[in-house]
Order: sequence, then structure tokens, then C-alpha cells
Amino acid sequence: MNPNGETIIEVNNLVRRFGDRAVLDGISFNVHRGETLVIMGGSGCGKSTLLRHMIGSMKPTSGSVKLFGEEITGMKERELESVRLRFGMLFQSGALLASLTVGENVSLPLFQHTNKSADEIEQIVKQKLAVVGLTGFEDLRPDEISGGMKKRVGLSRALALEPELLFSDEPTSGLDPIMTAVVDQLTLNLTKGSHMTAVVVSHDMTSAFRIATRMIMLGHGSIVAEGTPDEIQNSPNPEVQQFIHGKPDGPIPLNVSQEEHKDHQHVRPRPFLGGRFRFHHKHT
Amino acid sequence: MSLELRVKNYLQLNLSLLYWIFVAPFTGQLFKIGPIFRQMVSIGVRAAPMVALTAFSIGVTLAMQAAHSLQSLGAEIYVPDLVMLTLLRELGPVLIAVIVIGRSGSAVAAELGTMKVSEEIEALEVMAINPVQYLVVPRFLAMLVMLPALTIFGDYIGILGGWAVCRFALDFNTAGYVLRAVESADTWDLYSGMIKSAVFAWIIITIACNAGLNVEGGAEGVGQATTAAVVQSILAMLVTNAVLTSIFFFSA
Repeated sequence: MNPNGETIIEVNNLVRRFGDRAVLDGISFNVHRGETLVIMGGSGCGKSTLLRHMIGSMKPTSGSVKLFGEEITGMKERELESVRLRFGMLFQSGALLASLTVGENVSLPLFQHTNKSADEIEQIVKQKLAVVGLTGFEDLRPDEISGGMKKRVGLSRALALEPELLFSDEPTSGLDPIMTAVVDQLTLNLTKGSHMTAVVVSHDMTSAFRIATRMIMLGHGSIVAEGTPDEIQNSPNPEVQQFIHGKPDGPIPLNVSQEEHKDHQHVRPRPFLGGRFRFHHKHT
Repeated sequence: MSLELRVKNYLQLNLSLLYWIFVAPFTGQLFKIGPIFRQMVSIGVRAAPMVALTAFSIGVTLAMQAAHSLQSLGAEIYVPDLVMLTLLRELGPVLIAVIVIGRSGSAVAAELGTMKVSEEIEALEVMAINPVQYLVVPRFLAMLVMLPALTIFGDYIGILGGWAVCRFALDFNTAGYVLRAVESADTWDLYSGMIKSAVFAWIIITIACNAGLNVEGGAEGVGQATTAAVVQSILAMLVTNAVLTSIFFFSA
């Protein structure tokens, strides 16, 4: 932890409800310059929702999110753009534009937001792709490369404008162990060397403990545990222990009831119409 | 999504489109020519063969029906007038708009919808690239140029269809057909058709883009949005056509 560093992200009492269900229920934390914060937690615990609030693509029910000292929750689209130029985001699927080649994807933010010449941009693109081990892939289309490669292209696109802050949604899922180590090393170099700040949502505990300077575990919409990797490793909290060691039995419930998901926007329970017809032959 | 929200989204898209077209260029954010031309090729140039075939068939049909009715009055001489006026004022703009809706309206809705579903739109926003500026503006401008252009092209081909019937089935010679046709129409007939197709272009592309950008729920959502875009733009286009015809030709 670096208590002297400037505060980059300030999340204060963030609440987000979908109907009656609070997906985020009063979350507060700070991230300082040069830190790598890993957010972990089980599926559906609100990690991605939290991330979407931090990048300004979702508005909270109440509470505040400050990036670089500026409140983003009430911002208009145009004000938000100037903040967004200062951070990069790696999406879980890479989110490459399918109509552009790999090289065009990486150069897109450069063409849109800088006055660099085409030659300079080509050099930067080459260099950014080389960093993630994809030299010579400029002219392929996203549907011609694998999922892990897409993610690495997404990472080099997120880093194209040399952001001060990087958000990553599961940067290492779908990568082989060597590539995971390379991506982790890259994150470490950027945070240690260039004082970039990183916020990483991850399930991959090996990678999480390798890169984190601080960790947050989410559950039931609030923060279950927070601390340095050592503190988390030695946490007495049984939920934390179950999660970081990946044990099937423990205090974290396996089943999320439909009741809980009733008003969740993304997971709609459906009447099980199929069953009546599927087992029809048994009734006769 | 509630109807109120949908209308709000649609109006919002139109407003931000107006901003990016009329205000943004004066603040130094100029249009990029490349994407506009790419869209013009896919919306306009590639539709030309279909438009030609449709317009030719319509021209032939119109001439045959007109000949059939007018022959009993001994007024075959008016066949070119009827073909010319109907094409320029009504059938040209409407039928070519229908073709473009089926071809490009659906394609744009599906393309933007797929981009929305695969987080590409969100990625653009996070890179501080406005999706309206980057995706909608080139399509809009391309459509606004190409639909009237296709309409003029279709009018010509339709008139050619009428000529084919008059020349080979009736007792017209080419010069007679052309003279009659040109004499019957004045420039306003052409301009009214152009105004109509510019308005249709606006309707088609805004409905298609709005449907695409507001897709929810995966592949199924993309399908529904595409269908909705086609149905809504055909209905809106036909109703607008009736209104415009009444304003242009019935109010004086």
C-alpha cells in the first residue's frame, strides 16, 4: 500500500439497485497512484457492475465515484470523455471492433485522439503489439485469431494512449500459463516502472496474488475483506479462505435462488415450459 | 423497453445526430471522408442492380396497365405521361426506399446490434469515441446522398421499362415516347420525389441505427431489433409519403 500516493479512484458508499435487489450495497474504497487493486469475488457478486460504475458506463442509485479527483457519476457524456482519455479498459472478451483489423483496432484511439502522423502511429502499434507477443498480426481480422489473442490485442489497445489508469476485466482468463505470466509481468512493469495504476477484476488467484498490492473481496453486494495479499492470504474469514483456495464446501452459498435474481437485469428467471413437454411420455 | 423510453431514445439519437452534423464540424471535429465513402458503396453502389431490376419491372408493369385501361378510351398517347409522373412522384421514391430498407436498413440494424451485444459500442465509449459520431454519422450521410441518387437512377430505368412496352407492344417510336414523357413532367415532379427520398433516407437510417444501438439480450435481441427496424421504417416511410403527397400535390 502506498498511503502517500495521490488518490486516483475514490468510491464512496456506492449503491446500485436493480428493482429491490441491491447488487452493490454501500461500497467504499480508495485506490492510490501506482497501486494494483485486485477485485475478486464469486460469479454474480457485482464485480463487473462495480467496474462499469467506475468507468462511467452505469450510473449508481446513490453514492459517488471520483476518478482523478473528479466526480463522474453526474457527468455528461462530453465531460466524461476527457476523463476517459486518461484511462484504458480491457474488456473480458477483448471487445475488438470486428470490422477492423488488429492493427486498426490498436491504432483507433491514436487516430481519434492524437495528431500523430500515420507513420508514427504504425510504429506505436507495432511496439504495442510486440509487448503482448503479437508481432506481425496487424493485418489479421479479429475473427481470425483466438480468444486469448483477442484479449492481448484488447490490452495493447487499452495501453495505446499510455493511460495513467488501467481497468482490466479478467485479463488472464483464457490465456495459457506462460501468457498469463507475460501479461502479469507487463502489468507489474507498468505499475512499478511507469507509476500506472491498475484495477483488475480476476478469478485467477495465482495471477491475482502475483500482481496485487491490495485486494478486495466482494460478496452480497458489499466488501467482505480488504487488505494486502499477505493479509488476505492469512485472513481468518472462512469465506475468503474458501474462495482463494477454491474449495467446494464453505460458507459461500452454491445456489443463488431465483428469488434473489428476480429483478436482476441480466438474469431473468423463465418459467420452465419445456419440462411439461419433455417428460410427456412418462405420463402415458 | 417502454414505448416512452423508446421514443426518448429515438429523439435523443436525432438530436445528437444534428449536433454532430451541424455543430461539431464548426468546432474542428470534421467528418472523416473514408468511412462515408465506404458506407456509400455498401448502401448505394451495391444496391444499384437490385434497384435497376425493380424499377424496370415497375416501369413495364405501369405501362402495360396504363395501356390496357387507356386503350379502351383510345388514349394510348397518354401512357408515357402516366409512367413518367407515377415514377417521379410516387413509385420511384417509395419502391426504392423499400429496397434500401430491406437491404441496408436491416443490415445496419443487425451490424450495430451485434456490436452492441459484443460490447464493442461500450468499448468505443470507454475509448472516448462517440458511437453516434463514429458509427451513425457516416451511415447517415451516405444514406442521405445515396437514396436520392438511387431514386434518380431508378426513375431512369423505370422510364426505360415504360419505353420498352411502348416501343415494342404499342405503336410508339422512341422519339415520340421521349417527347411525350419529357413534356408531361416539369422539374417540380422530379424535385418532389427527391425531397421525399431525402426524408425517407432520414427515417430509414435513424430508425435502423436506433434499433441497433438499443439492442438488449444477445442474438435473439439482434433479430428482434432487425425485424422491428424493417417493419417500423416501412410503416413510417409509407405514412410520411402520404403526408408529403398531400402537402405537395393536394394542398394548393
